[in-house]
Amino acid sequence: MASEPPATPTRPRKGSAGAGGPRYPGWLALPAVLWYALFFLAPLGILALFSVSERVGFSEVAYNFNLQNFSDLVDPLYGKIFLRTLELAAVGTLLTLLIGFPLAYYIARWGRRKSLLLLLIIVPFWTSMLIRTYAWLILLDPGFATFDVLRWLHLAGENPEVLFTSKAVYIGVVYTYLPLMVLPIYAALERMDWSLVEAAQDLGDGPVTAFRRITLPLAGPGIVAGSLLVFIPMLGEYLNPVILGGDKTIYVGNLIGQQFLDSRDWPFGSAMAMVVIAVMTVVVLLYVRLVSRSQRHAS
Amino acid sequence: MRAKRFFAIYAAFAYAFLYIPIIVVVVLAFNSGRQVLNWEGFSTKWFGEALRDPTITEPLRNSLVVAVGTAVIACVVGTALALALSRMRPRVRAPVDAIVYMTLVTPEIVFGISALILFVQAGIPLGLNTILVAHAVFNISVVTLIVRARFVGMSADLEEASYDLGVPPLKTFWRVTLPRLSPAIFAGGLLAFTFSFDDFLTSFFVSGAGSPTLPLRIFSSLRFGVSPVINATAVMILALTLAAVIVAYVVLRRSSGQRAGDIPTLPA
Repeated sequence: MASEPPATPTRPRKGSAGAGGPRYPGWLALPAVLWYALFFLAPLGILALFSVSERVGFSEVAYNFNLQNFSDLVDPLYGKIFLRTLELAAVGTLLTLLIGFPLAYYIARWGRRKSLLLLLIIVPFWTSMLIRTYAWLILLDPGFATFDVLRWLHLAGENPEVLFTSKAVYIGVVYTYLPLMVLPIYAALERMDWSLVEAAQDLGDGPVTAFRRITLPLAGPGIVAGSLLVFIPMLGEYLNPVILGGDKTIYVGNLIGQQFLDSRDWPFGSAMAMVVIAVMTVVVLLYVRLVSRSQRHAS
Repeated sequence: MRAKRFFAIYAAFAYAFLYIPIIVVVVLAFNSGRQVLNWEGFSTKWFGEALRDPTITEPLRNSLVVAVGTAVIACVVGTALALALSRMRPRVRAPVDAIVYMTLVTPEIVFGISALILFVQAGIPLGLNTILVAHAVFNISVVTLIVRARFVGMSADLEEASYDLGVPPLKTFWRVTLPRLSPAIFAGGLLAFTFSFDDFLTSFFVSGAGSPTLPLRIFSSLRFGVSPVINATAVMILALTLAAVIVAYVVLRRSSGQRAGDIPTLPA
């Protein structure tokens, strides 16, 4: 990243302990901090407040403190939806990793026009998620050529039922988040010294052993970062179940959406969102611990 | 080498997986038939039809207004934050950093409903202004990360000289820092524009009833299935965002030799 040599400070100054770059006054952070406080932290605060409040009448809310919303969530019906969502996020992350790792590996080790290959990964990530999702509405249509090809390859039966099932949701989330898995793994593998792998193989390690002993430890941080980036949005996935799942299988994101759009029980929906935040926090803390441990190992 | 060939073939399939859906939408937008799946010949008529349909052009205008506004706010506020962050004491910087990443990682549905609650409770009428304010939250972070990646790699010599000559920070910024930072700010702005223009879920919750953006318009019409007009609209969106992303990518690479992996929003 550092394309210019680091500056040697002419004299030590207070506040020059940061990450580098020319010196600018700290008050420049104020507009952003204010914006975050008003429109990001305050909303999350009100969300927390709502989750312990109760609905009065059709859509009024009475602020108070009780955990009724959370105890209402302890119900087999909601438990099933939460478990289903965890499964989607876990299996979806695993599938994304299995599909994404070899791709990142190829680009890092053998890719010839790396910047073009990476651009081709980045472009879908910055392309409308909505359009990329509804494209599968066409591809998974039983009348579309996809299934002719699959039938010809004997990979599909006569009447494949994929669209508007959970299979379509899985395809959709893997497709949506694949770039987020590939990029950090690539970033980790980019620093690899591939001659190490060749040396290990020359010394009699099989490819699998060489992979496990050399590639995997180096790719580890990338794998963990990619999994985090993919797992969290899958926890709150909304679009794929609605568009590709035909809104038939409900996940937590849809359940939250329903509380805010249809049934207008905002406090109950807020409690669900708090559960998502709790799971997310646990995952992020695990990530931070993993990272700091591997950094300690490295040093 | 056998392994290399195997991986190359695999990569080709993976890229096909990433691009075939997009290509299919693009190709079918040029299908002259009313039935999306039956190819009846090449035609550009659906683009004309889309551009004559006020229920598409009005949301298009809304989306452009919101995306441009978001990008401008994100550039100004995000650049200022990037400048301030790099020399902050770690104890002050760490929590701000954490918030920057949080705005990008928090599931959009959680952010969308939180913002909705805030706006409604504060009595702010929902509309384009609330969409813009909400979009700016995560796009300030996008610009901050991209500008800071460039900024921390810059030598401080010129700025120190400027300060030593008694030039105040703002003037130093205009004369010395901004020219070197402008590619990163420009690229960050383009990406913020794209992010806002494409956003569905946040807009979905904070838009209210009257003023849909283009993704909201497309979403509501998907209830009746995919139509050629919607495909044509999608292709116009794709073209616009594709151009923005490629320009941002090229500008960033040219300007700084940054690693390509730095461009998306990676907390890694």
